Amino acid sequence: MNPRLQSALDQLPDLLTAHLQLTLLAITLATAISVPLGVFAVRRERLKQPILAVAGVIQTIPALALLAVMVPTLSGLGLPGIGFLPALLGLTLYCLLPILWGTVTGLSEVDPAMIDAARGVGMDDHQRLRLVEFPLAMPVLVSGLRTSTVWGVGMATLSTPIGAPSLGHLIFSGLQTRNYTAVLVGCIAAAVLSQLLDRLVQGLEVGFSRRRPKLLWFSGCALAALALFALVSAVLTGSTQRSEPVRIGGKAFTEQYILGEILGQEVGVLGLPVEQTPSLGSSVVFDALDRGDIDLYVDYSGTIWTMVMGRKEIPTQRALVLKEVQTYLQRAHDITVVAALGYENTYALAMPEKLAAQHGITTISDLARVSQRMEIGGDFEFFERPEWRALQSTYGLVFAENRAMETALLYQAAEQGKVAVITAYSTDGRLSAFHMRVLIDDLGAIPPYDAILLASAQLSKRYPEVIRQLSRLEGKVSAKAMRELNDRVDLHEEAPETAAQTFRQTLPWVQGSRD
Amino acid sequence: MIRFSHVSKHYDGVAVIHDLNFTAEAGEVLVLLGGSGSGKTTTLRMINRLSEPSSGSIEVAGQPIQGLPGHVLRRQIGYVFQQVGLFPHMTLAENIAITPRLLGWDRARIQQRVDDLLRQIELSPEQHRERFPGQLSGGQRQRVGVARALAAEPQVLLLDEPFGALDALTRSRLQQFFKVLQQRLRFTAIFVTHDVAEALLLADRIAVMHEGRIQQLDKPMALLREPATDYVAELMATPRGQAEFISQLLAAAPDKPQGPDTGVPDR
Repeated sequence: MNPRLQSALDQLPDLLTAHLQLTLLAITLATAISVPLGVFAVRRERLKQPILAVAGVIQTIPALALLAVMVPTLSGLGLPGIGFLPALLGLTLYCLLPILWGTVTGLSEVDPAMIDAARGVGMDDHQRLRLVEFPLAMPVLVSGLRTSTVWGVGMATLSTPIGAPSLGHLIFSGLQTRNYTAVLVGCIAAAVLSQLLDRLVQGLEVGFSRRRPKLLWFSGCALAALALFALVSAVLTGSTQRSEPVRIGGKAFTEQYILGEILGQEVGVLGLPVEQTPSLGSSVVFDALDRGDIDLYVDYSGTIWTMVMGRKEIPTQRALVLKEVQTYLQRAHDITVVAALGYENTYALAMPEKLAAQHGITTISDLARVSQRMEIGGDFEFFERPEWRALQSTYGLVFAENRAMETALLYQAAEQGKVAVITAYSTDGRLSAFHMRVLIDDLGAIPPYDAILLASAQLSKRYPEVIRQLSRLEGKVSAKAMRELNDRVDLHEEAPETAAQTFRQTLPWVQGSRD
Repeated sequence: MIRFSHVSKHYDGVAVIHDLNFTAEAGEVLVLLGGSGSGKTTTLRMINRLSEPSSGSIEVAGQPIQGLPGHVLRRQIGYVFQQVGLFPHMTLAENIAITPRLLGWDRARIQQRVDDLLRQIELSPEQHRERFPGQLSGGQRQRVGVARALAAEPQVLLLDEPFGALDALTRSRLQQFFKVLQQRLRFTAIFVTHDVAEALLLADRIAVMHEGRIQQLDKPMALLREPATDYVAELMATPRGQAEFISQLLAAAPDKPQGPDTGVPDR
């Protein structure tokens, strides 16, 4: 079998289970909140519009933003900022409206004559709701529930960047590593799961209202079995983890997936359990480490310098930045810089080789002369980052248009001539694959970006042996080696895990017999 | 059996029922007859507390109805709705069984009662128990409505224009059916209608209502012979006018052609 397909399918059971846990629990919670709230809203006519309006406003927040907002909110409340809890909360909020709408509409549309009849035969308020209003509102209520189910399954894929494993992992990492097999597997699995749950809920409703006991039983049992499976697997993963795992985080691009695997394998050598939380949003990942939600990840000195320390001036000496970052992190955040891996992955501007040659552009100064007629594509962060402001002020760079887009799509956009210039990471394997020319930062506007391995305070205390083991990575990764590893994954379809193994063969303590 | 004492009702300060005083005897069919807005349905609904009077008191079987919670009272009083009011998501058996079920009857007794009632309304239990209201004709549905109201063996049955939405033939059959059923079971019935002929046919006594007041309460014959007000006189004249019109039509039979047929009988 195709190794990419094999690798995606290997990950599928765990991710599908996690996805199912997240979705089922969120929909159950949303139903448990929305149905009583809907009944309340219908009973108190004056509150009906305000309640629906609030739920409607939540719905208009883009799903990804809603999830992302959960991270600082929960952190502020002293709760785990990444992982299952914020994803569950975001998802639950998102699933509220359709069910609430279904409940309110369904109950409001019950013929007043039926309510009168229910009273007339001697039902009290509760009996009327249970025996008449709910059964009659059921088709509309269930259509709301089904909408929530389908949305919920879809939106759960977006919980990957905030650290909750889901089928979104295959999609996010697949997009970043150009592994479309993984993307496809993730999408198909999500679609199948969403259809399955939708049909089961529908079966429940039809079985109930059309009196088809077999259908009712089948759908009910299937749903119950899925819920039970989700519950049992959650309990099992909870209980089998004897010792506290070392939690490794990572951002959502190829290099970070490979580094995560390298770290995981190195920690695994010590016989410690490892928990990977890849594909985190880059603003989420530092906070997660700072709060102790993860223990290890690799960041870049320039990022810490500008984004965390908020420094405006751009020094060019690598060693100086590294030193100051190290001191600052230890002092202000109790975060240890375990090792500087030895290579730099800087923000760079790149152009298609042909186009650059045509205009005779090799440096950013060259670019600035013609840039006002060109369009630039940057990742979502770039145009908000100090580096962009530095580039603008140092070189007087002005573009015809600035487009922010998904990193995975930048190279295609440049290849197809949609944009002339893109932002890139200097170690990205796609630079050579897409024949891109990296422009020289001749005036030194961009700070150095040394890859540095960061460890949380608690890891240093709990597992000092991990720190010792990993500090041996100091200077072991050259820029060339990193580019090659990225190439393996991006261009030669290797799994990040395999690339990591290949790399580790070059480490002196791995090669020989272990002592 | 049912006694109204100084019962009035206001909606938003507008009086719709003015100082009602009357008694319905046990086993009697008392028809509340009047046009729309006369207050007849409101009067009916106050008996089982679907509507509350603004002042005055109502007794059923010697007990003030305020003494019981509304839903408990309603389980003891059958109610037949204008628009049938059968629950579309329940089978006929479930519809009929609803009040006994709320009263906590045991399963066997309920089933016995349901079959019994289905037979009473001339629907075979085997064929109809598991049917849904949507599968019945209008007349059948309304008979089930009556059966449901009678299920818990109430002493009092309230009927709110039960046959109003049916076609003439079906209505006529159901009126006969109701009469027979009432004579057999001897429940007290308060029957609301705007149809004078129906009132005359079914009532032991008729209360003619107009603008929230009882104009006259008496036996049908007395209303016809000695109307107390102009309104009663005018109302009672309507079926007679129709009857006369019909007999004139018959008299102008087609075997005696009299010039061009204008469709209007000769004077």
